[in-house]
Amino acid sequence: MRNIKSTIVLVLVAIFSFTSLQVKAGGHGKGDFNASEFILHHVMDAHEWHLVGDNHVGLPIILLDQGLVSFSSSAFNVPVSVEQGDYAVTQDGKYAIFHETIYKTSNGELNFDSSGHPTNEMPLDFSITRNVASMLLSAVLLLLIFGSSARAYKKRGVESAPKKLQSWMEPLVLFVRDEIAKPNINEHKYQRYMPYLLTAFFFIWINNLLGLIPFFPGGSNLTGNIAFTMVMAVLTLIITNFSGNKNYWGHIFNPLGSSMPWAAKVPLYIILLPIEVAGIFIKSVALMIRLFANITAGHIVILAFTSIIFIKQSAGWSGLSVPMSLFISVLELLVAFLQAFIFTMLSALFIGSAVDEAHH
Amino acid sequence: MELVTPHIGLLFWTTLTFVILLVLLRKFAWKPILGAVHTREDNIQKALDAAKEAEEKMSALTAQNEDLLKQAREERDIILREAKEAKESIVSEAKGIAQTEADRILVAANEQIANERMKALTELKNQVGQLSLEIAEKILSTELDDKSKQEALVNNLVEDVNLN
Repeated sequence: MRNIKSTIVLVLVAIFSFTSLQVKAGGHGKGDFNASEFILHHVMDAHEWHLVGDNHVGLPIILLDQGLVSFSSSAFNVPVSVEQGDYAVTQDGKYAIFHETIYKTSNGELNFDSSGHPTNEMPLDFSITRNVASMLLSAVLLLLIFGSSARAYKKRGVESAPKKLQSWMEPLVLFVRDEIAKPNINEHKYQRYMPYLLTAFFFIWINNLLGLIPFFPGGSNLTGNIAFTMVMAVLTLIITNFSGNKNYWGHIFNPLGSSMPWAAKVPLYIILLPIEVAGIFIKSVALMIRLFANITAGHIVILAFTSIIFIKQSAGWSGLSVPMSLFISVLELLVAFLQAFIFTMLSALFIGSAVDEAHH
Repeated sequence: MELVTPHIGLLFWTTLTFVILLVLLRKFAWKPILGAVHTREDNIQKALDAAKEAEEKMSALTAQNEDLLKQAREERDIILREAKEAKESIVSEAKGIAQTEADRILVAANEQIANERMKALTELKNQVGQLSLEIAEKILSTELDDKSKQEALVNNLVEDVNLN
């Protein structure tokens, strides 16, 4: 124990004594290191997958521009540098990419307005971005993991104890059933919603975890992307409201019930009803923002701690930066599970309230 | 602002991926897994129920066995008692019969003895009479000269005629 402690102290002293060691952020090496730009670039979606240094994996670009147009993102190989920033144009000069947004060009040049935004037309962008690629990877992983677990039940039979992967996945599946679905949804109705809850839980969780892997094929901030969380929240919204029974709609459109005569309720309802109706959507908006903000914040904090080294341009700061980002990374492992759990839990709660029978 | 603007591409791909994933996992993972787990839980419940039932049956059976045993013991006691009684009655009956038979035999023997005695006596009397006659004849035939001789003779004869 004392040996370990003294070793750590020695290493730290050695690191801090190397303050003369200069560090520069690769690829961003023009002038001063811009931490906020670096961080934002990493938490946002991208049309290519960064490997190491200046190496990227080209991803398919799919555009809806009077028909389907498709090419690899490595086709943006003509760099253009202007006053408003750098952008890349395709060889034929038809499309340009500026801050991960694709624009149509006629002569390979972008036109900027006075505030620095391009005025060129934007085609509908259905590209397989880094987030989409990582999502497809996660879908394949989920299919492999749970497909093989399910096959194990067929192979080994119901009576034998689960083994290997199956024995790891079964408690998780049962966790969703017994801790998320059953306590929140009516006992006779929860089975209908199990596939959605299970898929949502594992889909969010595995993508949270993939996002925490700092290198290819992880590192994309899919679950911290507002589009992803919006789709998930809207699905919960749709399922909740399509399952809503008389009781649920009664709570929304007649929240006071028979406790008051209509004459007294009508003036109250002028205020109450808009709030109740807005509440339907606010629940889902909260779901959307919670997941987005938690995961993005985690990525930002880890990257911020890593950025200290590059801001200070000294490897010595890794003595602070590495333990801190390690600590946050471990915390993020917990958050990855927790946010998947909370999202599924609240979805189950909303669905449960929509299918609940009158009991009060 | 860029961070909170959802892009159409990711919206589309997320929806598509999630829905396809939901359909595939539902068919190939969730249904088999949940079904198997449910079947297993059912089986465990059934096994537990069966064990409980067997235990109840067992205890009922034990009680029944004890009842049977008790009944058997009682029956055995009754049979033993009856046998004892039967033995006693048989023995006493046999004794009675033997007694009467013995009595009867005794009586018969006595009677026969009495008869034989009477017969013997009668015969004896007859013989005595005859002997007396013979003696008398002899005495008469012999000289009845001497009175003392006569007496001696008679005494001698009488002595010869021992009653036994």
